[in-house]
Amino acid sequence: MSRPEEIAPAEIFYNDSESQKYTTSTRVQHIQAKMTFRALELLNLEDFPHYILDVGCGSGLSGEILTEEGHFWTGLDIAPSMLATGLDREVEGDLFLSDIGNGIPFRAGTFDAAISISAIQWLCNADQSGIDPKKRLLRFFNSLFASLKRGGKFCAQFYPLNDLQTENILGAAKIAGFSGGCVLDDPESKKNKKYYLVLTAGRSERNI
Amino acid sequence: MKLLTTNFVKCAVKACDSSADSFPLKYEDVQLVQEEQDFNPEFIANMLERLDWAALLKVAADLGNTSLPSHKPDDVDPTLTENEPLLRDLHSLLLETQITEGKMVCGNCQHVYHIKNSIPNFLLPPHLA
Ligand SMILES: [Zn+2]
Repeated sequence: MSRPEEIAPAEIFYNDSESQKYTTSTRVQHIQAKMTFRALELLNLEDFPHYILDVGCGSGLSGEILTEEGHFWTGLDIAPSMLATGLDREVEGDLFLSDIGNGIPFRAGTFDAAISISAIQWLCNADQSGIDPKKRLLRFFNSLFASLKRGGKFCAQFYPLNDLQTENILGAAKIAGFSGGCVLDDPESKKNKKYYLVLTAGRSERNI
Repeated sequence: MKLLTTNFVKCAVKACDSSADSFPLKYEDVQLVQEEQDFNPEFIANMLERLDWAALLKVAADLGNTSLPSHKPDDVDPTLTENEPLLRDLHSLLLETQITEGKMVCGNCQHVYHIKNSIPNFLLPPHLA
């Protein structure tokens, strides 16, 4: 099976029928829920309700879990039909049509934490001429860093194409001022292996 | 989009990052709805601390609401019943008041962001990206 990142840009790949298919597939829902719970576990938030940014929120599958866990959230996604599916599902969070490679449009210290499920590898794509993945990664991490409160965490599950992509992502995050690293779940399983980026904006309170 | 969000969202253009005029955005031709939400006093009190009160007054005035106190209430303990009326008012304003249609204009670059069907469009044209 080819990776969706290789077929078309996200906003084109997730058209109306793909968005419906993605959102209503119980397999996708199950995996998405599992990864969201794992990301929350890695964020290790205190109990009170947090204000969370969901980067690449899609139709709000992870957002619904954030709501169930008592948090408030705002989501960004580049695919209009994913967001429209989210509206139909009446998710609680605000939905923004946005290209995260152009920056996170929120003022300093807005969010307590941020999560991202299966989205940030799209930043490594250069599917149109004039697109510079390095510049987009930096813009993303710099503006994400600013939008988080100091010490706020970002946990992102992602699908790197290769080790170089992981290095580029981690490198851009470090330049932006994040500390942290990568957590690899089920490293022995080709099918279930999952990459999580676990970052802290500012000083790190614990080693990862 | 909840009114709360207007207190955090700013222009996405990189050149506007350092401009004080890129926040808050100016709200025009706005349609509002009131939508009931669960009341969470703890969350409201948390968010109150990080609200930019001057920006809230400005946006509320754009939307025709000039009844807010001129100074931010401070040290609001959500566990005290005496604070409940204030927190309920803020809950109604910040979470239950939602913008379904309208425009947001950056005071620095003048770019217009449209809100359609409750979704703000922050995609930038190539010359601003
Ligand atoms: Zn601007």
